Amino acid sequence: MAAPKKGRSHGAQSRPGRTLAFILIAMVALTGGMFLSGHTTPRLGIDLAGGTSITLKAKSEPGQKNAVNQTNMNTAVSIIERRVNGLGVTESEVQTQGSDNIIVNIPKGTNEAQAREQVGTTAQLYFRPVITVAAGAPTPEPSASPSGSDKGKATDKATDKAADKATDGGTGKASSTPTPTPTASATPQGRAVTDALKADSSPTPSAGSSASGKPTPSASSTPDPATAALQKKFTDLDCTDKAARSQVTSGVRPEDTAVACGKNSSGQWEKYILGPAEVNGKDVDKAQATINQQTGAWVVNMDFTGSGSKKFAKITSKLSQQQPPMNQFAIVLDGDVVSAPSVSSTLSGSAEISGSFDQQSAQDLANVLSYGALPLSFQEQSVTTVTAALGGEQLHAGLIAGAIGLLLVVIYLVVYYRGLSLIALASLMVSAILTYVIMTLLGPAIGFALNLPAVCGAIVAIGITADSFIVFFERIRDEIREGRSLRPSVERAWPRARRTILVSDFVSFLAAAVLFVVTVGKVQGFAFTLGLTTVLDVVVVFLFTKPLMTLLARKKFFASGHPWSGLDPKRLGAKPPLRRTRRAPGSPVGPVDTKEA
Amino acid sequence: MSKLGHLGARLIRGEVGYDFIGKRKIWYGISILITITAIVGLAVRGLNMGIEFEGGAVFTTPKTSVSAGTAERSAEAASGHDAIVQELGTGGLRIQISGVDTAKSDQIKTELAKDLNVPEAKINADLVGPSWGETIANKAWTGLIVFMILVVIYLAIAFEWRMAIAALVALIHDITITVGIYALVGFEVTTGTVIGLLTILGYSLYDTVVVFDSLKEGTKDITKQTRYTYSEIANRSINGTLVRSINTTVVALLPVAGLLFIGGGFLGAGMLNDISLSLFVGLAAGAYSSIFIATPLVADLKERDPQIKALKKRVLAKRAAAAAKGESAEAPEPQGEGDDFDDDPSDDEAAAVVGPRNQPASRNRGRGRPSGKRR
Repeated sequence: MAAPKKGRSHGAQSRPGRTLAFILIAMVALTGGMFLSGHTTPRLGIDLAGGTSITLKAKSEPGQKNAVNQTNMNTAVSIIERRVNGLGVTESEVQTQGSDNIIVNIPKGTNEAQAREQVGTTAQLYFRPVITVAAGAPTPEPSASPSGSDKGKATDKATDKAADKATDGGTGKASSTPTPTPTASATPQGRAVTDALKADSSPTPSAGSSASGKPTPSASSTPDPATAALQKKFTDLDCTDKAARSQVTSGVRPEDTAVACGKNSSGQWEKYILGPAEVNGKDVDKAQATINQQTGAWVVNMDFTGSGSKKFAKITSKLSQQQPPMNQFAIVLDGDVVSAPSVSSTLSGSAEISGSFDQQSAQDLANVLSYGALPLSFQEQSVTTVTAALGGEQLHAGLIAGAIGLLLVVIYLVVYYRGLSLIALASLMVSAILTYVIMTLLGPAIGFALNLPAVCGAIVAIGITADSFIVFFERIRDEIREGRSLRPSVERAWPRARRTILVSDFVSFLAAAVLFVVTVGKVQGFAFTLGLTTVLDVVVVFLFTKPLMTLLARKKFFASGHPWSGLDPKRLGAKPPLRRTRRAPGSPVGPVDTKEA
Repeated sequence: MSKLGHLGARLIRGEVGYDFIGKRKIWYGISILITITAIVGLAVRGLNMGIEFEGGAVFTTPKTSVSAGTAERSAEAASGHDAIVQELGTGGLRIQISGVDTAKSDQIKTELAKDLNVPEAKINADLVGPSWGETIANKAWTGLIVFMILVVIYLAIAFEWRMAIAALVALIHDITITVGIYALVGFEVTTGTVIGLLTILGYSLYDTVVVFDSLKEGTKDITKQTRYTYSEIANRSINGTLVRSINTTVVALLPVAGLLFIGGGFLGAGMLNDISLSLFVGLAAGAYSSIFIATPLVADLKERDPQIKALKKRVLAKRAAAAAKGESAEAPEPQGEGDDFDDDPSDDEAAAVVGPRNQPASRNRGRGRPSGKRR
């Protein structure tokens, strides 16, 4: 039958120039955006840039079937993030992956062991008695005279203590910190601290620990070295400096006396000297934010476990007899004081923390109390430390592999498709540029980081992209073999090639999407690039390859079937379309007596 | 290339061609044999699971003067476990210690740094807890199963259920073979291997889909003619897309080969190598299965369909009659399309050609009739 040229005039076919212009403009715009954003290289993952990557898996505790849920995971992430970034590292990433994994990526230049220590443990919540409070900046000069400045209420109380400079430097009020021998009398600070240190069963000198190996209880007013050290730390501490904050809290053990920072209700930093922890987060059964019926204000109710309430009763009975600020207990999460309410009476099974809460802050505190000792315990599943040197090497190798792969594909295409390969190469270029630009832009946009498997994915995708061109070209050639001239061939080949490309790319994309959803860690990077390049492949074939082909089909070089065009009908073995009805040899079932003419 | 071009042309016209469908039993046999070998290999030898699945530590050191043997001894002394030490192209060492937990690895790293005389900060460490591999494996299984279900649904919609089943069989076949080769050769299974394996999923089907697409096109109005049986058309589809299949496979394999070469040559063992190795094996298996397994399977399944059975009867009867008449089977058919209007109106209607008469579908390529005017 005659093949009337069907009037299929889709935009892409009738106006190839427009489509081409569109994609080129889009490309230029994206590239321009990339340069404007100031990110001209993709963000590199840990394995290419160096650093440490830790994968944690949440273990659901028996009896807590639904503990591993999105809320708890997010809480855990924010707590871990606080810790890791507290190490003074910038740009470390903590993110959930899948339903029960958390990935922590710490760039190079960090003390990896220290970071792991921070990450690997569950969050620690302790209740510590307050010994001294001061404003968060370094105390100018320790004065030897005890200042009787009343610290007033706890940080959560609505007293604005921003200007309050309690230079408690060397002395401060003595407290009967919960020590084996509590005294209700005021003793010199040194003494108090030393007594507190007695409770320290096995102090380990560590960066943040002020404990000396052998606390020497001295009744003299000359503080012993440990105390002096602690005092010095307290004096020098600048709570507004993040690095200083984390440095002071790292390595502190619950049984040590500690120095800590916290924000008061007006958002000002304050620093504390805190006694040994008496109650820890595990003793808290649950906490919730509620409205006090009498006052109408937001409060936080804590319920303690059986053993917890005993301990808590003990500590509060002591604290309630103290003068401020020693009547406060600090709620310390991962070394930072989140709240330091004062105690007015002995409390046991449950306690109410009141202050100037609004709903948000009350809920935050309740969350901290409930989840401070995470509802989830985490298991270190893998830790990868890559030095910058190896990272660079891997990136280098990946790039070389990509270049080689690309070169091989190019050579093959040129040999096989000759002139047509120009179109394939141009399309590959467009694909490559788009992939690079999008990856780069995705860095700041969604935190995409290029890792080694992602590089692999990009290399493997070269094949997928080139396959689409092959499908299209082969279709065109089939049409030419049937005796058509080039332009109708292109128009007829396209709809069929298009369908094949869409179906097969969809399958590839499906594989990538499934991989992306179910996997964690490195595999995700791979899946992501594979999916991205598959989508780009479709975009490029539709908006670039096809219009370009349409345009070039009008050129004499191709249309006339020049021997080097890759579309030479003679070479392709095009025949006058006579009826060839040679049957395929052998029919699958039964003997068929065919007569070969 | 011109030879190939000619060959392509002749393949498409069905002048030359290999009878894939007719000889399918042979290929089924070969595949079953390979699959059985793979399963036996898996059962007997098992997989050589890498550190990721056993738990342990891999340390990579920079250039060091210490020999591999010495390093092995010091690693074993430090850890109390067996260590495997490889020398890398960079002059550094790769030290694998299995069965140590992540906490202990740090001490080992410190000791190694001392023994090997390299700064600790320069040692790369890959510490894996014992449950990590399990996690990866579980996720991989989940992914595999989810993907298979989705793909079967998709292919059943895009093509038909028979093709979906055949594609699934081919997919399982590819994965079994790849895993079997890993078991037999004793390649180490790592995270990279799993990534590679999962990638094969998409790729193995890519090829299959290309063949199915042409098959679908070729058999569009199959019940409206009495020249060929389904199997014959399927065979022509395979032959017609052979060049394309070979091309796409070669082009897909080239970058992977580049990766394999670089991964193996430059970095010693590592992620690049693992991914590309399993991809390479899987891709080759995928290309093979799409031609020798998937399409013949479709033909097999399809020939059980009553309509197609009836068609086959008619085709054979017609041929027999033609033979009896001594007429050449090659005689051109009458131009009228209605030479087989007696059969049931098929459910796949002709392409939407406006016209009162039952005209041939414009793209009825399986019929070998010219569809364009010669210019």
